[in-house]
Amino acid sequence: MALVVASTVLGDLLQSLEMKRHGEIHDFHPRGWARLAGALARKRFLILGIGFMAVSFFAFMTLLETADLSFAVPISAATLVFETILARFVLKERVDARRWAGACLVACGVALLAS
Amino acid sequence: MQRTGAHAKTRVFTIIVVLSNAFGNFALARGMRGRVTASALDYLAAIFTPWVVLGISLLILWLLSRMALMSWADLSYVLPVTSIGYVASALIGRFLLNEQITATRWAGTLLVVAGAVLVGRGAPHSKGSL
Repeated sequence: MALVVASTVLGDLLQSLEMKRHGEIHDFHPRGWARLAGALARKRFLILGIGFMAVSFFAFMTLLETADLSFAVPISAATLVFETILARFVLKERVDARRWAGACLVACGVALLAS
Repeated sequence: MQRTGAHAKTRVFTIIVVLSNAFGNFALARGMRGRVTASALDYLAAIFTPWVVLGISLLILWLLSRMALMSWADLSYVLPVTSIGYVASALIGRFLLNEQITATRWAGTLLVVAGAVLVGRGAPHSKGSL
């Protein structure tokens, strides 16, 4: 379970970091997609981020084999909270009161949603 | 990085992210329902069924649209706002699968919507972020 949380958090963090560094994607025409894919494939953090996402997915599937779905919720709530905290300190995002409040509301809501 | 705030683009992509996730999971679950997956061959057989193909395609769309969104929006924006996906999944469960939604779950839905709207009304990008 800790593995799922850790890998999800790391995966999302790295993806966010690399996509931001790449810069805002303006052009959505299919013509540019191959070039975009090529540029992104060279970003090691992004690849790593996607790798962690894969780890988290498989760890989650494995967990599902032995436990029932009710634990999926604390995982979602926990990852949301951890990622928000890390977004503040690692990604240096401005996580204002609005975002903290929103994150808490969502975490509580998710907890209730699956009960 | 200059400030970006083309909110229309953010809204469009958020909707794509949320719907592709909710319907992708639904299609995948629908496709896998009742199947026996004892061997790798079983998985292979499952992958080529229509519902599973649809589900996988939608989930790929989910991943890509999410990454695109992250190229301009903060993680602390994207996470709460796309959590609407949980509500979408609950609604799909209710109307497409006739699952029951208890009062507790409705309360949870309201909280998630409140949180998502709250964060969604702020700016997607914060100055000074990496």
